Amino acid sequence: MVGLAATFGSGAMTNSINDFDDADLFLVTGSNTTAQHPLIGSRIINAVKRGAKLLLIDPREIPLAEFADLHLRQNIGTDVAVLNGIMNIIIEEELYDKEFVETRTEGFEQLKEIVRKYPPHVVEKISGVASRDLKKAANMYAKADKAMLAYAMGITQHTTGVDNVKSCANLAMLTGHLGRPATGVNPLRGQSNVQGACDMGGLPNVYSGYQPVIDAAAKKKFEDAWGVAALDDKVGLTITDMMIAAQKGELKALFVMGENPLMSDPDTSHIEQALSNLDFLVVQDMFLSETAVKADVVLPAASFAEKEGTYTNTERRVQLSGKAISPPGEARPDWRIICELSTLAGYPMNYSSPADIMKEINAVTPSYAGITHERLAGGYGLQWPCPNVEHPGTPVLHKDKFSKGLGTFLPCEFKPVAEMPDEEYDFMLTTGRIYYHYHTGTMTRRISILEREAPEALLEIHPDDAKKMGIRNNDVVEVTSRRGAVRLKAEITKRVPQSVVFSTFHFHEAPINLLTNSAYDPVAKIPEYKGCAVKIRRCV
Amino acid sequence: MTRTRTVCPFCGCGCSFYLLSERDRVTGIEPSPSNPVNKGMLCVKGWNAHEFIHSPERLTKPLIRKHGEQVESTWDEALKLVADRLLDIKKQFGPRALAFLASAKVTNEENYLFMKMARATFGTNNVDHCARL
Repeated sequence: MVGLAATFGSGAMTNSINDFDDADLFLVTGSNTTAQHPLIGSRIINAVKRGAKLLLIDPREIPLAEFADLHLRQNIGTDVAVLNGIMNIIIEEELYDKEFVETRTEGFEQLKEIVRKYPPHVVEKISGVASRDLKKAANMYAKADKAMLAYAMGITQHTTGVDNVKSCANLAMLTGHLGRPATGVNPLRGQSNVQGACDMGGLPNVYSGYQPVIDAAAKKKFEDAWGVAALDDKVGLTITDMMIAAQKGELKALFVMGENPLMSDPDTSHIEQALSNLDFLVVQDMFLSETAVKADVVLPAASFAEKEGTYTNTERRVQLSGKAISPPGEARPDWRIICELSTLAGYPMNYSSPADIMKEINAVTPSYAGITHERLAGGYGLQWPCPNVEHPGTPVLHKDKFSKGLGTFLPCEFKPVAEMPDEEYDFMLTTGRIYYHYHTGTMTRRISILEREAPEALLEIHPDDAKKMGIRNNDVVEVTSRRGAVRLKAEITKRVPQSVVFSTFHFHEAPINLLTNSAYDPVAKIPEYKGCAVKIRRCV
Repeated sequence: MTRTRTVCPFCGCGCSFYLLSERDRVTGIEPSPSNPVNKGMLCVKGWNAHEFIHSPERLTKPLIRKHGEQVESTWDEALKLVADRLLDIKKQFGPRALAFLASAKVTNEENYLFMKMARATFGTNNVDHCARL
């Protein structure tokens, strides 16, 4: 999100899910769309069936590959090189949108300067993508009338995540695939309200609506609205830095609402040490998660079915969700718990309902000003920005100008994955999700049909590698990184390239994040889940 | 039978479906036919999103660690303990010794209140969530 905000002035999906029906071409990269966003995946497949083109850039042969007109299987973490290579060809062959570049953007000369260093033969060497295919890809994307670029965590979960995002944005601006229906740069958000949690200021640097905490006017505005004398004027810690601070003993207490960092965060042993080092840990959750087991106090929370409220999906659509049943036992909705706790701590919060809370959000958050429960109850949600109650919402961002005025080309140089395979740790491990499960599995592993389909973690390994090591399907293998070891069954498949293995983080029996590297992007603080060095041995 | 329009709790697509319920029991799911996101369709996770709600493993009472064990407590006791401990730590080490992890799975209203609690009640900008993960 940081990458898009720097380029366009707004870090969210530029277009809408309905646009997937109208695009002429999709560039999908770092997204196993049919598994992680099935309803968007099926739209892409339907569009391809009616004649749209699909350009896939992904090291793995994901299900969408079957429908792709061209599939570039780059070496893991070489995204910047591949995207620069495509832009190099587009500029070289003068396929770029000159009018868009001239009237809507700045920094084109700097872009030219950098991408000049990435001619096809250089990119081929770095990424393993053949020059011929790269040229084909450049032509396909640049010449399409309406091209939608979609990406997910395969782009962001790298130490160069922000550079990867900027490179996607550069490519879309260069070709003018922005600001019109069925185009744009579209990050697919992985959780039901990850967009909303960001929008609401669940971040160390901003209040709701991305109003910076270091901006004196914004701080004053919230001090007045909340009736407090002096809010913290320094940017707080990211989750990554919180764990480091806890380990150092600088952070004493952590309050976790509905998250499971002990399963979801990289380098689990390090997280475990950090949590153990806290004086006080509170977890508010529906289940006794791996993290909740470690807590000093666990507060039982209601599920989505047991409370009212709004969620913001990946296309910025805010939707109202109703209350169907009462929570079990004494479990309570999160908002009620927060109100009571805050009141006990000396800052009274007296809201009668989520609709009542939304009124305050409307008043202090310009992009949500017109999004009221009354309006949502009567329709199918509203897409922000929605500055007043008459406003219909915004399906396409950056139509006539970018949020920040001109879009800025922010060219990047290629940098390899932080921990490359070597003689001892000779495989690259990359991680992701599968179709049947969601995140750390606290919900989906308690659904019998999903458990029946995918009851255990598997390690995808290429047939040639398996043969060399005498590994057969379903053999138990031990995967070891510099941070830990995990045992799981092998699945021999050409979905992964040689020397690469893949697994998921859904299964507590094989917690793959024991292995992953907590090296992170210096700006966005996103860890490099998508690549670390491991060694593999067959267990007998 | 009651039909309640809700939003799927899993990925970021934001599919809409009706929960079918009988008294306090969710019995089934019916995708919203007219919602622009999913247009009457759902994936296998969405179709089965109601099952975990009634899991016997749901937490139904607050737990407090006493002599190393997590034991059931009342809400009053648990909330008082949390408020007191957080205020104590704030007093002793300053507000930056506290941190708050918001959630990509709860509502906007709840995330807003949570960050407001971190900032207004406890005085720290140490608030984040797992958007990066």
